[in-house]
Amino acid sequence: MFEQILFYWFTAVLLLAAIGVVVARNPVYSALSLILAFFTMTALWLLMEAEFLAIALILVYVGAVMVLFLFVIMMLDLKIVEREGFMRYLPIGLGVAGMVALEMIMVLQRSNFDAERYIAPDAPADFNNAEALGELLYTHYLYPFEIAAVVLLVAVIAAILLTLRKRDASDQPAKTQDIDQQVRVKREDRVRLVKMKSE
Amino acid sequence: MITLTHYLIVSALLFAISVAGIFLNRKNILILLMCIELLLLSVNLNFVAFSHFMNNLDGQVFVFFILTVAAAESAIGLAILVTIFRNRRSINVEDLHSLKG
Repeated sequence: MFEQILFYWFTAVLLLAAIGVVVARNPVYSALSLILAFFTMTALWLLMEAEFLAIALILVYVGAVMVLFLFVIMMLDLKIVEREGFMRYLPIGLGVAGMVALEMIMVLQRSNFDAERYIAPDAPADFNNAEALGELLYTHYLYPFEIAAVVLLVAVIAAILLTLRKRDASDQPAKTQDIDQQVRVKREDRVRLVKMKSE
Repeated sequence: MITLTHYLIVSALLFAISVAGIFLNRKNILILLMCIELLLLSVNLNFVAFSHFMNNLDGQVFVFFILTVAAAESAIGLAILVTIFRNRRSINVEDLHSLKG
């Protein structure tokens, strides 16, 4: 009973926050609603005993990605964007969304999908979600894990290179190699023979 | 009793809301990026729900990878957004038509 109350409460907050993201006029309000949505999603994941992912979602998304979003919104200094087309596309948007939701819910009906035959087993009291996940991640999924690290590295380098400011008039990005110049270099530019008496 | 179906329906509703958001806010890249984050979140809810009710941790590992890739995606997306704004002083999708013939 208690679990049901929690589930319905968090679901209601989650869906309202999601609607807030979509309809807010000010991008800052959208970002803040998105943070609320991430928090309530964390609560739902905790109800399903996915503790590690819940904490990771807060640390990675609320702590890093959403701060990045807010940072960009404030750096760009946007005026409240006029939303031409919001009312014009409202009917088709609601129509498509309603159809998507309706179709998925119809597929999930008991007679078609029968998802209710899966009953969550009671985990033992000393079950450690993070430990179990780590064991799986560092053995069976080690190679994809390494690739994920490389993906993050590539993203860091790409983001830095994309936003690097050009240095005043020279039109050169700050601190970069000029390959043309490196290839064109001659011996005379670099080596100097000095004649001097032996001592 | 909360069953798998409940969570799947929540995920479907969240997915539908974010699809509507992509339709309604198609002028503003920033909100589009946020709607994509919501979309990925609803998919992650599906993975976690199946993982919990089928007692199989592989789904949670997959959510971990989706989180990684989504974080990388939004970092690069925001970097591109900043570059666009610096060059054009606007993030309206309508203004990005230089590839139009």
